[in-house]
Formats: sequence, C-alpha cells, structure tokens
Amino acid sequence: MKILVCISNVPDTTSKINFTADQTKFDTTGVQFVINPNDEFGLTRAMWFKEKQGATVHVATVGGPGVEPTMRKALAIGADEGIRINAEPTDGFFVASQLAEVIKNGGYDLIIAGRESIDYNGGMVPGIIAALLDIHFVNTCIGLEIEGNKVKAVREIDGGKETLETSLPLIIGGQKGLVEESDLRIPNMRGIMMARQKKLNVVEPVEAIHAMSDKTFDKPAPKGPVKLVDADNVGELVNLLHSEAKVI
Amino acid sequence: MSTETLKKDILRGGQFLVKETQCEDVFTLEDLNEEQRMMRESTKEFVEREIWAHWERFEKKDYAFTEECMRKAGELGFLSIAVPEAYGGMGMGFVSTMLVCDYISGATGSFSTAFGAHTGIGTLPITLYGTEEQKQKYVPKLATGEWFGAYCLTEPGAGSDANSGKTKAVLSADKKYYSITGQKMWISNAGFCNLFIVFARIEDDKNITGFIVENDPKNGISLGEEEKKLGIHSSSTRQVFFNETKVPVENMLSERGNGFKIAMNALNVGRIKLAAACLEAQRRVTTEAVKYANERIQFKTPIVNFGAIKAKIAQMSINVYAGESACYRAAKNIEDRIAIRVAEGNSHQEAELKGVEEYAIECSILKVAVSEDVQNTTDEGIQIFGGMGFSADTPMEKAWRDARIARIYEGTNEINRMLAVGMLVKKAMKGHVDLLGPATAVGEELMGIPSFETPDFSELFAEEKDLIARLKKVFLMVAGSAVQKFGPDLESHQQVLLAAADILIEIYMAESTLLRTEKNAKREGEAAQEIQIAMTRLYLYEAVDLVIKKGKEAIVSFAEGDEQRMMLMGLKRYTKYTNPPNVVALRNKIADKVAADNRYTFDG
Repeated sequence: MKILVCISNVPDTTSKINFTADQTKFDTTGVQFVINPNDEFGLTRAMWFKEKQGATVHVATVGGPGVEPTMRKALAIGADEGIRINAEPTDGFFVASQLAEVIKNGGYDLIIAGRESIDYNGGMVPGIIAALLDIHFVNTCIGLEIEGNKVKAVREIDGGKETLETSLPLIIGGQKGLVEESDLRIPNMRGIMMARQKKLNVVEPVEAIHAMSDKTFDKPAPKGPVKLVDADNVGELVNLLHSEAKVI
Repeated sequence: MSTETLKKDILRGGQFLVKETQCEDVFTLEDLNEEQRMMRESTKEFVEREIWAHWERFEKKDYAFTEECMRKAGELGFLSIAVPEAYGGMGMGFVSTMLVCDYISGATGSFSTAFGAHTGIGTLPITLYGTEEQKQKYVPKLATGEWFGAYCLTEPGAGSDANSGKTKAVLSADKKYYSITGQKMWISNAGFCNLFIVFARIEDDKNITGFIVENDPKNGISLGEEEKKLGIHSSSTRQVFFNETKVPVENMLSERGNGFKIAMNALNVGRIKLAAACLEAQRRVTTEAVKYANERIQFKTPIVNFGAIKAKIAQMSINVYAGESACYRAAKNIEDRIAIRVAEGNSHQEAELKGVEEYAIECSILKVAVSEDVQNTTDEGIQIFGGMGFSADTPMEKAWRDARIARIYEGTNEINRMLAVGMLVKKAMKGHVDLLGPATAVGEELMGIPSFETPDFSELFAEEKDLIARLKKVFLMVAGSAVQKFGPDLESHQQVLLAAADILIEIYMAESTLLRTEKNAKREGEAAQEIQIAMTRLYLYEAVDLVIKKGKEAIVSFAEGDEQRMMLMGLKRYTKYTNPPNVVALRNKIADKVAADNRYTFDG
C-alpha cells in the first residue's frame, strides 16, 4: 500500500498572531511552525500502517523552502520520502490542484489529509482533491482500518459516529481519533539522523488558478475590562446586560 | 575546514585571556543547523509531554517514575547522543550533546541529574578509558537505557579531596579478580543502576584506580536508604557499600593508579554539561515568572509594568543569555579541538579526552557561572511570584531547591574557582599560554603615563571591546602580582584565588556574550539585535562593577604602600567607562520585550 500524507506547515498554537502590510499579510516574525495537528494524527496513523502492514509513506507539502524543517520532522517521525511543491499555498483550490497532480503521478492508494489546517481553517483541500481525482472521500475521519482493498472508516457526525465501508483509492480528511494525542510521536534521535538521508524532492507547481485571495484580516476587538456591579444594584446589572452586552 | 585553518583559528584553552577573538570565530545558538534544531524540538517535546506534565510526581519522591522517564529517554535516543556509533550510539558532536543536556534541564532537577549522572559520569569513563572489550560489553547497553550507570567517587571522608578515598581494592591470590571494600556516598542513580564506576585504592598507591563493577547484591553490594535532600527529590541518591565485592581484573578502567585522572577528566565534561543543564531550567523559570507578572494585578496594574519587577526580568534574561553565549562558544571549541585531534591521527577516544582537557579552565568557569545564575534566576522567580512563589503548589519553590545542588556537585564552586585560576597559572608556567609577556606589558603600562586621548567609540561595541581588553589587564595585574608575591604558595591563599577567579569568570562570560551579539548583529543588522545589544551592555556593566570589587579585595590583601596605590589606580583606569550606559533604560527595554513575548525568546 502506498500512502501519501498531505501536510500543512502551520503556526504553533501558542503563537501570537499579527498582520503586516496593512492587515493583508500574516506576520511570521518570531512564529514557530509545526505540522498541522490534524495532519499529524494522520501521519501517526500512517506510521501504524507502515509498521503493521508494510505500507510506504510519503509526505507532500505545498510551500517554499521555509517548510522543509516541518517536512524533515515528518521524515524523522518515519515517513519514507517527502515531496515539496515549490509554491506559496495561497488558497484551497490551488493547493488541492497541486496535490492532485502529485497523487496522479505517484500512484497512491490512500491519501491522508487533515480535516482542516489550524491556520486558515479552510477545510476544503481533501474534498477538492477527491473531486479532481474522482476518488472516494471520507471527511472528519476518526478511525481507519484497511484490509487489501477494503476500507472500514469511522466518521464523526453530530453527536455520534458513523462507520462506513468503502474501498481504495481513498482520500480522508483526518482528525483526532485516528490516533490519540498520547500516540503522537516525538522524533527520536536516530530518526532525526536518518531524515537527513531521506529524499525530499522539490517539484515545480503546475498551472492552476488562484480561486481566492486574501484581502484583509481583522483581529477580534480586545476584551474590555471586567465590570463589577454591586450586589444591591440589580437595576444597573439589568441595564448593562440589556444596553451593553445586549443579551436580554 | 582544513586542519590547518582549524589550528589557526581556534583558541587554546585559557587563551581567551590574552588573545582577541573575532566574533566570526565563535559558535552561537543561532548557528544551530536544521538537524540540531530538530533535536532541540524533540527534547523540548519529550520534556513537555513526558516529564513536565508530571512535575509533581518528582516532588513526591517517585524514584520509579524517574527510572521510567530515563527508559523513555533511552528509547528516544537521548542517552546515546555522545556515544560513538561503533557502540550503538549516535556519535554526535559535542555541541549536539550539550544541546540535549541543556534542553532536557527544562524538566526537573531530579530528571536532569539522573540524566547527567548516567550519560556523563556513568557512561563516559568507559567510552573514554575503557578497553575495546569493556566498551563492547557495556556501552551499547548504557546507550539504549537497557542499563543505567552510576559513578562512585565520593566517600564520607573524601569529598572535595577526592583522591583521599579509603575504599580498597585487593588483588586475589590467583590474580583473577580484585576484592573491593568500602563505602561510597551521594551516589546518584544508585537505586536503579546496573553498573557502578568505582574508584578504589590498590595497596598504598598514591592515586586511586577505576573499576567497572556490575551491580549484584549477591556480590557484597548493598545500598543505604534514599537520602533526604533539600531538592532533586526524585533523583535516587544513596550510599553504596562494597563488602569484598569481587571484580574481575579485566574490569579495571585504564591502568592502576589512573583513577584520579579518570575521575577528573570525567568531571571536566561533567562540568560543562552541568552548566548547559542549568540553562533551560532558567528559561522555564524566566518564562513562568514573566507569565505570572503579566497576569498578576496589584494596584490595578499587571506587576510586569513595575520597574522593580522589570529589573528582575531583565536580569533573569541576561543570566540565561550570557550562559548560552559562553556554553556554546566553549562547546564548539571543544568539538573543533576534537576534530583537529582526530585529523591528526588520534583515536576518537584520545581526541575527545584531550579536546575536553584542553578547555578544563573554561569548563570550570562555566560550571561556576551558570550554576550561580540558575540559583539567582530561581530566587528572583520566587520573588516575582511573591507568596505564591514560596508555596510548594507552584513550580518556583522546587526550581529554587533543585538549583541549589548545582553549586555543590561536579566539584564545589569554590574548588572550581580555585582550579580555574590554578590551571591557568600552570598552563602559563608550562608555556602553553603566554601570560608572562602580557602581564609584564601591563606592569610597564602601569608605570607609564596614561593616554588622555578619547578613542573613537562610534562603532557597535567599540567601547565595550576596549573595556573587556582592559578587564583582561586587571586579571593579569592581580594574578600576575599574586604569583610573583606568593610563588607556589599561591595555592594556600584561597581568598585571593577566589577573587581572581571571579574576575576571570566575568571576562569570559562578558566577552562570550559580546561576541555572540556582535556576530548576530553583523548578520541581521543592529535593529534586529536591539535587545541582545542591551543585554550585552548590561551584562558588561555589572561585570565591571564586580571586577572592581574583587580586584580591590585582592590588591589590598597582598600589596602595600606605593605598589598598592599604583595597582588601585590601574584598576580604576582599566575599569573606566567613557560613556556609561543608562542601565535603567536598558533593563526596561529588555523586560518590555520579554513581557510582550510572554516568554524568554532569545535562544536562537
């Protein structure tokens, strides 16, 4: 089985988010980048398929040279090979188009993407890839087992879960549940050393339209100070709830 | 880099005092490569997930948990970084080894002690001095964490005077084994180790001998109770009793009588690694403190806005930054020196030994400086937390207790101070470092009329570099006169040695800090290094003050009359600022940045 894990390079969740160039660009100064958590759950599940079922695991990312440390981490965790599509990941359609090309040429049986990246939360890449390649798609996937060509997948649905049967080739939008947080792997020292020798191929992007572009970003207004209302002054509390908080 | 260039560019140990180093020639944390950065991330992730999340267990003396964490560290390869590949290790360079020691210290003192005791003094004596058979037999097990090692040097009557141990090793009649009998104490990892490095005396030898002793209760080995300690609560620390323990002759380490040398060389490595192992501990404390200061509101203001708190945050950050600068500078010197030795045809074992030994002075300096910094940083951490800092429910209290041991083990700071100066004087006597020439030049300069020209200090750090060059003259003046005055008896004038050591330490730390910042400012521009420049200036300012204090103390203790007056004037001349920095403004600038980032962010 040949697996491709699609990885996004995203800011660490503790990063301070700021914008530059008149609120049009994300300010990456001092920001630490990590593997998108939804993708990392998928990668960890892929490692399981590698170790238990002898799968080959590749990882692919759309991005400039700056994303390579994140890809090396995936290789250090155990992926066999990396593919970097040398372009800025401007929007979901563009990214999906690039990945679809890699998938078409690579003969992958299973494509694991994250349900969404935690930076822009677009949540459309795996769906668009499925459409472009006309392959099966399971989103919000929280469980995955494969035997031969047969797939048993579990999907999170509102208030419960749904178990599905399908077949390869397949793309999933993975999330926590595929594996748990405690299953996530810390790259070990030998893995890090070996990552140096693994192939990280850089491919140039194919023609694809930029379906969307960012105009401006707005941060939520800072929270105001807490107002303490005296216990005897219920009138003022009601007034504040009505006129300021607008909840009653 | 060719061997020739390496030879030319790298300072010998102790030479920093008489030679100017170019900033391009120092290694800084900002120079880490991608692989080292990944190792660092892995170490931090391991600490965060597996250890820090459970810090309270370490306080409850959960020794089994320490062992469990050590096994996990073994699985992730952290125990095998410095072990040569031939024995199942990664064979990584000295900088990478230091990096892991550094970032693993963000865990708890208990864990970093267990880690250091195993990977440093528990494993290194075998990799550095073992025979091929010994290495094949033991090192792969130690590298994976299948086995753990402990180092048995200290005895009830032999602490700082390590060569005076009473443990005996008696050769059997058939000459097949030694029978070891004696009592060892403060043995880290004793409770779960599989192997001891034991130092014992054969007959009435002048020097002790090292042995590899497998832990087997049926072979006359017994343990005392776990010691009740101020800190590092979950580091297993017990006495180890050997009662006619039989050790095969082939388990002798190196040669008979070589034990003291082994012990000292293992400690050289132990010292610099201990310094590194006080860094992430400080980063964590600084970060926790600034987070608290940002959240804690008094007088309707987050306390981080108060000058009194800003001064502390600035000082804590500078402590870490200076420690990082000096540790990684020395680490790379050692790594390069090892490379030179290997290129010259030395075995890796020999090269590593000589490489570290070359920088024994720097190792002692770092041990003292950084272990005192971690004490001060954790102390201020408690102070920023106020009453909450005194409570065992917050991590400050235990960080402070854990830090205290660093000034004691791997040679007390007093011993290391005296060693640093003592070794330097010895190197000068042997002609390895030319102190005599520069010291004579200083003497002549003191007799001459000082120049009244105002130098051009417009370039970045021009005045600071000039000051550091002058601080070096202070050391040469004070130590040079002391050597002249006391000759070989200098050893017994401990307070003079301690004062001279403080001057030496400040010079190394201030210079390393400056060189790092200068290197980065040249790469990234001064604006990008604004805070680091402030930290460098502030460190030097405090260093100059300390040099004045310690220089004066030494001078008045052994010089009199005209000589004393001349030296005191020299001290004043050499420590003079033309443009003293506005230290309050510098502190505020540093603290404001750390407060805005809500953590320490200067570790490259």
